[in-house]
Amino acid sequence: MKKYIIQSIRLTVVLTVLLCVIYPLLVAFVSKFSAGKGNGETITVNGKVVGYANVGQKFDQPQYFWGRPSAVDYNAAGSAGSNKGPTNPDYLKQVSDRVDTLLKYHPYLKKGDIPADMVTASGSGLDPDISPEGAAIQIKRVAQNRGLNAEQVNQLVNQHTEKHLFGPATVNVLKLNVALDQLRK
Amino acid sequence: MNSEILGVVASFLITLLIAIPLGKYLAKMFAGEHVWTDFLKPLENGLFKLAGIRPGEPMDWKQFLKAMLTINLLWLVYGFFVLMYQDKLPFNPDGNPGMTADLAFNTIISFVVNCDLQHYSGESGLTYLTQQIIIMFLMFTSAATGIAAAVGLFKAFRDKTTTNLGNFWEFFVKAITRLLLPLSFVVAIVLAFNGTTASYEGKDQFISLQGDTVNVSRGPAAQMIAIKHLGTNGGGWYGVNSAHPLENPSYVTNMVEIISQMIIPMAMILAFGYFIRRKKLGWVIFGVMTVGMFMLMIPTISSELSGNSNLTKMGITQATGAMEGKEVRIGPLATGYWSTLTTIVSTGSVNGMHDSTMPLTGAWQLLGMMINGFFGGCGVGILNYFIYLIIAVFISGLMVGRTPEFLGHKVEAREVKIAALITLLSPFLIMAGTAIAAYLFNNYGDADWAVKPANWLNNPGHHGFSEMLYEFTSANANNGSGFEGLGDNNIFWNVATGFVLILGRFLPIIGPLAIAGLLAKKKYIPESAGTLKIDTVTFGLMTLAVILVLNALSYFPALALGPIAEYFSMK
Repeated sequence: MKKYIIQSIRLTVVLTVLLCVIYPLLVAFVSKFSAGKGNGETITVNGKVVGYANVGQKFDQPQYFWGRPSAVDYNAAGSAGSNKGPTNPDYLKQVSDRVDTLLKYHPYLKKGDIPADMVTASGSGLDPDISPEGAAIQIKRVAQNRGLNAEQVNQLVNQHTEKHLFGPATVNVLKLNVALDQLRK
Repeated sequence: MNSEILGVVASFLITLLIAIPLGKYLAKMFAGEHVWTDFLKPLENGLFKLAGIRPGEPMDWKQFLKAMLTINLLWLVYGFFVLMYQDKLPFNPDGNPGMTADLAFNTIISFVVNCDLQHYSGESGLTYLTQQIIIMFLMFTSAATGIAAAVGLFKAFRDKTTTNLGNFWEFFVKAITRLLLPLSFVVAIVLAFNGTTASYEGKDQFISLQGDTVNVSRGPAAQMIAIKHLGTNGGGWYGVNSAHPLENPSYVTNMVEIISQMIIPMAMILAFGYFIRRKKLGWVIFGVMTVGMFMLMIPTISSELSGNSNLTKMGITQATGAMEGKEVRIGPLATGYWSTLTTIVSTGSVNGMHDSTMPLTGAWQLLGMMINGFFGGCGVGILNYFIYLIIAVFISGLMVGRTPEFLGHKVEAREVKIAALITLLSPFLIMAGTAIAAYLFNNYGDADWAVKPANWLNNPGHHGFSEMLYEFTSANANNGSGFEGLGDNNIFWNVATGFVLILGRFLPIIGPLAIAGLLAKKKYIPESAGTLKIDTVTFGLMTLAVILVLNALSYFPALALGPIAEYFSMK
């Protein structure tokens, strides 16, 4: 028994060095050669970081495209989904309120135009993307608020719709909004 | 939609393409035959020398278990204190606090047993030091423990009659050096180059486009995400696990992660067949498990794709399926696929919130964990399935009126008793735990705990019951996923699931190894016309029937109160 205890201690020490020092440091070193240098890929405007490409941020001003509802209000220091079950009455009320809010700001819409992702909270609370349909319903509002014509904004949305060989099509909200801001100039 | 179907089909095919050769490789490598990774021998010999281990030394089943339990106990004690005092230790750039005793108790058990149930959130509950020397360390070693235990069982049936289960240390170290570590390195690099964070920088701050000040948690996640999946561990770097865009940034990383968590459980099944020189048996078991997997997966995906009928009634368009708790870049189809695999192989990592999935999806997730033998966790999957095999052999033996035999050894009362006890253990732990929790919730709602029982549940009614049932099921299966709405960081859940975790891990390892040790010692009876052949499709179906009947009898009432009742309330 004593033999096993000593072997266990010694093995734990050497494996800690191998698995918790050498391995992670080596990966961290190699990751320095990746696009985000292992820190996460940032987006810069005029030399200033305005966000992370993969971390959604809060957009609620009328001149911007909005992202999905978030259970943590896009506070990226943490992360969480709503964890609301599909039959929870409070949750269903919340979704219905979100629909009403969307209709208020987009009076030209019918309920059936609204895709599910725009009225449901994401898993992480930091979803950087919306569906192409989610972007399409906002085009008219954004164009009106910016004094642009809808066709111009529509083209921008098309440019920012990423179609993938595997997986759903996505629109990165931050990248789209950065491009919008640049369009104005 | 087509690109989503294509993505899931491609994920499954790539998994098979990797798992099949990996199974052959593992059998040869653990048998000590010549393999291409032999160039790592000097590294292993160095580790053995530093640890004072003689790798060739034979062990009988009792010595094998003693070695395994000793090192696991050491990790429990040492990790408990490190977690409690992590705030006093270095590498804590975000200034996170130490854990309370009950949370440390739960966390250390959870990671030692390869469950990775998390009652804390990674960003604020751990430091960079404990994330690596405790959490990530245990992700490697708990997976290697499971694999080594399984190889001990393989060894018992390789020779006709033997008392030697091989050397635990040797299997354990080789599982790391020849399998987990090299694969983790490759996966971690792939993830890092696709956007997963991998550096040691602390939180970052920036001003958003709208002018808000935002803090972003970061850190060396890729290293952990790799082993989290390869070792079927499941605990995330970030609180929301693989739903987090810095942990799982794209559909490609999602594919990499889902493939990683399946390859070793699949390969171990085939390795069993090759190792004991009964290739066909390995394939029959593989076939049964695959059928079981699809039986859970197809209804899961279909219920997610149909969306939430309550939202449909509101007039919302759910073109791709139910979106609550899911990420746009992954989509409901791949999230449904993942949710089946993560519950059958005991990974328990999630890429969407299970609490928000449809009622029947919840039922299939629960059932996957209750059965816990369709591929199952690293190494322990085959051990769980072994118990089902023994029961199936016993029942078949009774049906044809012959003494039951397993691979040439008589199965007698003692072995069947152990198998029966292990089978009964899971329903007992799950039901008793859930019953106590439900009782406390109803009768002691204002008990003075960190989270009062009255505030435990995030959802009312049947779904709330499912949250409690899920927590105990996940703990018992050493899965680690949760209906995360449950307020589980308080003394009741930390302690109760702590005990369930430890019993649900070690008894199902000790039981099968004891049976294997006892059987292997017995005289070998050569095959004759009267032998029940277990490597046939007929016997495979028999095992599947035993699995379904046992689990249906055990769990139907509980499932009826939770997800099934919720499903009918929706119509």
